[in-house]
Amino acid sequence: MKALKVLILVLFAGILIFAASDLPFRGDPDNLMHAEQSITGTTVKGSYFIQNAYRDARTPNMVTVVLGDYRSIDTFGEQVVIYTAGLITLLVLRKTRRRRG
Amino acid sequence: MRRQFHSPIVLLGARLLSPYIMVFGWYVIIHGHYSPGGGFQGGALLAASVLLIRVAGGRRIARLQIQEFATTPLAVIGVVIYFATGLVAMAMGGYFLDYGALPIPGMDPDWLRYTGILIIEVGIGLAVMAILVMIYDNMVKGEDYA
Repeated sequence: MKALKVLILVLFAGILIFAASDLPFRGDPDNLMHAEQSITGTTVKGSYFIQNAYRDARTPNMVTVVLGDYRSIDTFGEQVVIYTAGLITLLVLRKTRRRRG
Repeated sequence: MRRQFHSPIVLLGARLLSPYIMVFGWYVIIHGHYSPGGGFQGGALLAASVLLIRVAGGRRIARLQIQEFATTPLAVIGVVIYFATGLVAMAMGGYFLDYGALPIPGMDPDWLRYTGILIIEVGIGLAVMAILVMIYDNMVKGEDYA
């Protein structure tokens, strides 16, 4: 049984390494995700963010502009998720001293 | 109930470290416009500085810093800061969370967006700090440590 586990792990590692060998080189300007137009002819949104992030929000950190301005509703959802997690711990984990006697 | 050993040296080290971690947390939140960082990371650092005192000193000493009942309102304030920013922008004629419509006089829309991002980062930081501290408090509640 243990040999089977090791075999499965090695198999998955082989699949991942084979898939990673096909990835484009990092930082290559000819990559598809760096192109201004996608292969279907539509404009890639990322190129708009890169070109206009500083002009729109005067913030040099592009990631902050995307998280805080362009995708701010998504960030609001993340915050609500964390808030809900906190409230769930309030409901589930809280031990009242009265019940402990 | 197990009594834990209460070490004054650990408490002194925690008291020495905690303000610097808190200042660095605010730095990470406010400097998020220019460097890696932002509300979530800075909030985690603020929570680390509060939890350090709680772990080292126990409940009686931690009560001097942030009380246990104050964490839930702080989390609500953090979420409400974010949501109210969006609502005010919407009430002033923009879209929801469109900071360019915030009613701050004498600022162009781009600098208004700069300010709006700063406001919501502070809200995120407060909420994350309060919620992490709240989770810790709820987990150890009832076990009177130190």
